Amino acid sequence: MDSLQQRSSTVQEPPGAARAYRPTPPPAWQPRTDPAPLLPESEPLRVLGTDAVADADPELLRRLYRELVRGRRYNAQATALTKQGRLAVYPSTTGQEACEVAAALALEERDWLFPSYRDTLAAVARGVDPVQALTLLRGDWHTGYDPHEHRVAPLSTPLATQLPHAVGLAHAARLKGDDVVALAMVGDGGTSEGDFHEALNFAAVWQAPVVFLVQNNGFAISVPLAKQTAAPSLAHKAVGYGMPGRLVDGNDAVAVHQVLTEAVARARRGGGPTLVEAVTYRIDAHTNADDATRYRGESEVEIWRAHDPILILERELTERGLLDEDGRRTAAEEAETMAARLRERMNADPVLDPMDLFAHVYAEKTAQLREQAAQLRAELDAESEAG
Amino acid sequence: MTTHATARPATKAAAKPATMAQALQRAMRDAMAEDPTVHVMGEDVGTLGGVFRVTDGLAKEFGEDRCTDTPLAEAGILGTAVGMAMYGLRPVVEMQFDAFAYPAFEQLISHVSRMRNRTRGTMPMPITVRVPYGGGIGGVEHHSDSSEAYYMATPGLHVVTPATVEDAYGLLRAAIASDDPVVFLEPKRLYWSKSDWSPEAPAAVEPIGKAVVRRRGTSATLITYGPSLPVCMEAAEAAQAEGWDLEVVDLRSLVPFDDETVCASVKRTGRAVVVHESAGFGGPGGEIAARVTERCFHHLEAPVLRVAGFDIPYPPPMLERHHLPGVDRVLDAVARLQWEAGS
Repeated sequence: MDSLQQRSSTVQEPPGAARAYRPTPPPAWQPRTDPAPLLPESEPLRVLGTDAVADADPELLRRLYRELVRGRRYNAQATALTKQGRLAVYPSTTGQEACEVAAALALEERDWLFPSYRDTLAAVARGVDPVQALTLLRGDWHTGYDPHEHRVAPLSTPLATQLPHAVGLAHAARLKGDDVVALAMVGDGGTSEGDFHEALNFAAVWQAPVVFLVQNNGFAISVPLAKQTAAPSLAHKAVGYGMPGRLVDGNDAVAVHQVLTEAVARARRGGGPTLVEAVTYRIDAHTNADDATRYRGESEVEIWRAHDPILILERELTERGLLDEDGRRTAAEEAETMAARLRERMNADPVLDPMDLFAHVYAEKTAQLREQAAQLRAELDAESEAG
Repeated sequence: MTTHATARPATKAAAKPATMAQALQRAMRDAMAEDPTVHVMGEDVGTLGGVFRVTDGLAKEFGEDRCTDTPLAEAGILGTAVGMAMYGLRPVVEMQFDAFAYPAFEQLISHVSRMRNRTRGTMPMPITVRVPYGGGIGGVEHHSDSSEAYYMATPGLHVVTPATVEDAYGLLRAAIASDDPVVFLEPKRLYWSKSDWSPEAPAAVEPIGKAVVRRRGTSATLITYGPSLPVCMEAAEAAQAEGWDLEVVDLRSLVPFDDETVCASVKRTGRAVVVHESAGFGGPGGEIAARVTERCFHHLEAPVLRVAGFDIPYPPPMLERHHLPGVDRVLDAVARLQWEAGS
């Protein structure tokens, strides 16, 4: 009882009265890192149309141009293949080719690329066979290429789940003493996923040699960025993890290449991860199955068409005398040859072996899978006998 | 995989009985010593040695790069392990408690289980996912789930659970050596069970996928695994008084499933009861009962019965004794095996 009364009298003490107890002040709080150098630019970095373009290597500019033209043609051809029923679906990157191409060109051969399902073009630009890059979308096998051959991870359909893979691979490479960098690609919608957060956090804590490239193309299927995030920019998210955020014009191939190359170099020399947001626009719908007119107006698309990555690079090269009619024609012909070859190969039905269904579930088939394989074999034999 | 023998001299300490937790620690330690690509990672596995002390001493012996305290994020732990496996490492990840593994399900199901398949064998996932599971330790909510049915339902995963100290060592060594992902379920209420197994003379590495007959009998077969094995052994002893001579099969591996050992036993005894802690509806027992019925129908004298946890979220610790299948519930089921058509 006594102690209760005592306690209540303490509570009722008049304000301002002298108190015997004063809390010990906690240790002075200090931020662990000065956030200022981590903050992104106030505006997306642009090189084309500025004086900075004079520093760019003319060979790189020409190469970027040819790759962009080829990429645009690839997007058009793949979209046409969906209309012919040769592809189940194709998520186009028309309008975003600068990000795709710069991603591939910023890497060394020993580096790894971790693409999302939309990044077929980046995989192709890195050397993956154009037909093999499309098997996921054609439906004959989930990953048509050997990821080790060009160091391109499987195209990831779940959103952002490939980002922690990139962190783990880069971390493992560093543990082994290899100066390998992983570049992980994700869309603006993917930045809302938990795996995005966990990947960036792990990468920063481990100082893993990873570069995260967000292609902010304005929409996650139909949901605009404003409904996706309240952050000042997606690049700002980097600061909370303790890594630099960089903001770049995603339609300026030279700027994207420059920012990515710097981030890759920084990662390679042990400087840790970088988050790059490339501001771009998806000119086509999400896929051929989507109706973009339901969620955006044509006037908005027109503005972005005027800021087309091929158009603005072509103008720059022409003005600087690096591209003439011959150069344009050569690039277009190269692209047309690639498209014709792709069309021809995709028009042949893939040869499938149904027994492959059991071939790679485990290193060794379980007894259950052996039984099921025998069942399918018998069914196939019966089918072929029936003719 | 590079290997080199690590013979250690026997010491006097070896005479002390070892616990399952120590056997698991020893398995990781031996695997790490033999193969530099084996990496242990998870929350609290380093300095603390794990909340159950299963990784005790590994960080000190092998360094923080080999036994890593990660940020607290299960999807991140397993997701980064995928990338490490892609680069040739053998990650052994710890999911501190059964229900804490659920955030990592997407990585497990969408990537770990199918990476070999989707890449036509070019990207195997030699990852061991250690999950302390099950109840009986008075844990609060989210610390006692039996999640094996979720894992069993995912093709591409091996699902393994030891019930003895010897198997804890042998099966964990096999899991780490496996070129495929293994969900390694550790029955946490058996962590402190002891055996005369000596850490200085480790038990044999057990191949994954083999069940074992723990007790020979003629009247009926109890099919069980992990935390329910001691319950079934006790029930078998008690049943003797009733004139029932029970055989007990310890599955050890739920995927792949050892139909051969299980059916050989049921064909000998003609009766079977499946015993496990996890919920009966949609649980492992349904699959096991169906398999046994499909293969041994003409040998069965009674329907295959299930003794499982109730179909409820895991109860609060003060009520868990009513939920967990105990000896009496197993014996009641055995009594029901004296089944007659039409009854």
